[in-house]
Amino acid sequence: MWGILRQKAGGVTGLSSQGLGNQMLRLRPVASAMRSYSSATKEMTVRDALNSALDEEMAADPNVFVMGEEVGEYQGAYKITKGLLDKYGPERVVDTPITEAGFAGIGVGSAYHGLRPVIEFMTFNFSMQAIDHVINSAAKSNYMSAGQINVPIVFRGPNGPAAGVGAQHSQCYGAWFGAVPGLKVLVPYSSEDARGLLKAAIRDPDPVVFLENELLYGESFPVSAEVLDSSFCLPIGKAKIEREGKDVTITAFSKMVGYALKAAEILEKDGINAEVINLRSIRPLDRATINASVRKTNRLVTVEEGFPQHGIGAEICASVVEDSFGYLDAPVERIAGADVPTPYAANLERMAFPQIEDIVRAAKRACYRSPMAANAS
Amino acid sequence: MYSLYREPGVLLWRGFTMQEFANQCFGNNIGHGKGRQMPIHYGSKKLNYITISSPLATQLPQAVGMAYSLKMDKKDACVVAFFGDGTTSEGDFHAALNFAAVMDAPVVFICRNNGWAISTQVTEQFRSDGVVVKGQAYGIPSIRVDGNDALAVYNVVRSARETAINEQRPILIEAMTYRVSHHSTSDDSTKYRSKDVIEYWNTVHSPITRLRNWVERKGWWSDKEESELRIHTMKQVKHAIDEAEKEEMPLLRDMFTDVYDDLPSNLMEQETLVRETIQRHPKDFPKDMPL
Repeated sequence: MWGILRQKAGGVTGLSSQGLGNQMLRLRPVASAMRSYSSATKEMTVRDALNSALDEEMAADPNVFVMGEEVGEYQGAYKITKGLLDKYGPERVVDTPITEAGFAGIGVGSAYHGLRPVIEFMTFNFSMQAIDHVINSAAKSNYMSAGQINVPIVFRGPNGPAAGVGAQHSQCYGAWFGAVPGLKVLVPYSSEDARGLLKAAIRDPDPVVFLENELLYGESFPVSAEVLDSSFCLPIGKAKIEREGKDVTITAFSKMVGYALKAAEILEKDGINAEVINLRSIRPLDRATINASVRKTNRLVTVEEGFPQHGIGAEICASVVEDSFGYLDAPVERIAGADVPTPYAANLERMAFPQIEDIVRAAKRACYRSPMAANAS
Repeated sequence: MYSLYREPGVLLWRGFTMQEFANQCFGNNIGHGKGRQMPIHYGSKKLNYITISSPLATQLPQAVGMAYSLKMDKKDACVVAFFGDGTTSEGDFHAALNFAAVMDAPVVFICRNNGWAISTQVTEQFRSDGVVVKGQAYGIPSIRVDGNDALAVYNVVRSARETAINEQRPILIEAMTYRVSHHSTSDDSTKYRSKDVIEYWNTVHSPITRLRNWVERKGWWSDKEESELRIHTMKQVKHAIDEAEKEEMPLLRDMFTDVYDDLPSNLMEQETLVRETIQRHPKDFPKDMPL
């Protein structure tokens, strides 16, 4: 029924995007339904967005505390926790020895007792040394204890590739954590995402894996007064349509949202009107928004930096095939990182991750605008 | 040799050339590393130096495993594993020591206790009496040495190696020193410690100064030779860097090789696809892409 409504509504020009949004997704709180930044006078970096979100949540709830390597005295390996030690003291901003398994385990234990830890992994690549605590304890305890032990913990840190950091610092763990029931997995892109989703994560009673991106920390985005308010919060499990379009749907998360938007601009010049969806949440995945979009555009391109096999794109493709098969006019195009451990050399690294041109070509393929040799172009 | 990331000196001693160091850092085509690993993550099969891995302490149980295999093969050899004070907090450190003791593995653990792990001082890293007692706790003969005394370190390590091989058991050495440099080029340690302290350790207790004084007192060295050596080495380093910079980047093929022993069909297909794409859309790819 949604598909039909979409098609009807989509055919009527002059309907504002806002109206459409409110009609289709009436469960969405008013806050995130407002796409236009009516009073966007301020710009904020993602780093400051995360920092302010942590600051506000720590001020609001004395149970919230931060723990990790270099988070206190050093102001954070990437300065996300800057100023927090001075403001809240060493009891609430805890510098730890180099023991991921240790502090992840300690965090989980403290969460069992009712504290609300925010555990920082210097990079999620190092979470591998603590992954048992995240999966076997944090994710599964509420279920295994029949609801008696909930784990209001947040694991956060940079995820995926930065620039020139090699195989052990570049893997995207979205697919791995996204596969586990019991976890929530969030992937902010803009400063608004960073603030709203981190606050939501901290307030959430369930364990949340919060995947940031090192290269986004320094990027600035406009933020409205509403986003800057300390009560601002984004719902978990809702994707955002960053750019409306009618010809092809492009799903992306984290840094790839920026790339997808740039690709959309290039595609516009070639007469292809792309809709870009910022996933914001890998688990729960907003299948409703994705499917509604594909039912409107009939074509899908998924973008991610992680390895292709068993990746986010694979799940999205399966979901669309299950729910909206009849609406697809072309096979789903899946763009992912190369199936190799990330090389360090700059030229090889560039080839190992999606570039804007790759997204443009895939969208054209999906729109049958390029020569259809098997898998080519 | 299983190192952490502050032991290029060991590799240099073994015979890794200045040029090879530069090639690895630049990630160029002729470096042994084929542009795969980050700078300072050296390795050399020829010199028995395992390629550096970033996650801390993971090399320690691996060192024990390798030592065990040397033991099984009855080789007249042992494994040396380097790490810092911070690494001793990781779980793998404890697993490694325990296993080494129980399996009587001929491994020499050398801890460079330089007082700092990025900005974390040892007092915030552990409350034990350093690292030497941890070795003892696991039943490993352990010794603490002045890490800034080159002769003492030499004697200790030589003795440790003999014991490890002849008695087929692990040894732990804690070399006390001080990290005068920043943690890395991304760090400014004056933000968390005083310049005076750094200066003090860099001059008064510098292991280089101490050894030099001793060698000069023996009449084997002079100021003139010192300055000649410095000039010569600077030239060598600069030359290596210049040469490395000139070299080509790694070939496209090197992105797909060595994922597995043999190149699997899906990667062969990917490589073909990439080449076709580059041919068809050359403007989408940088010009300096060696194919």
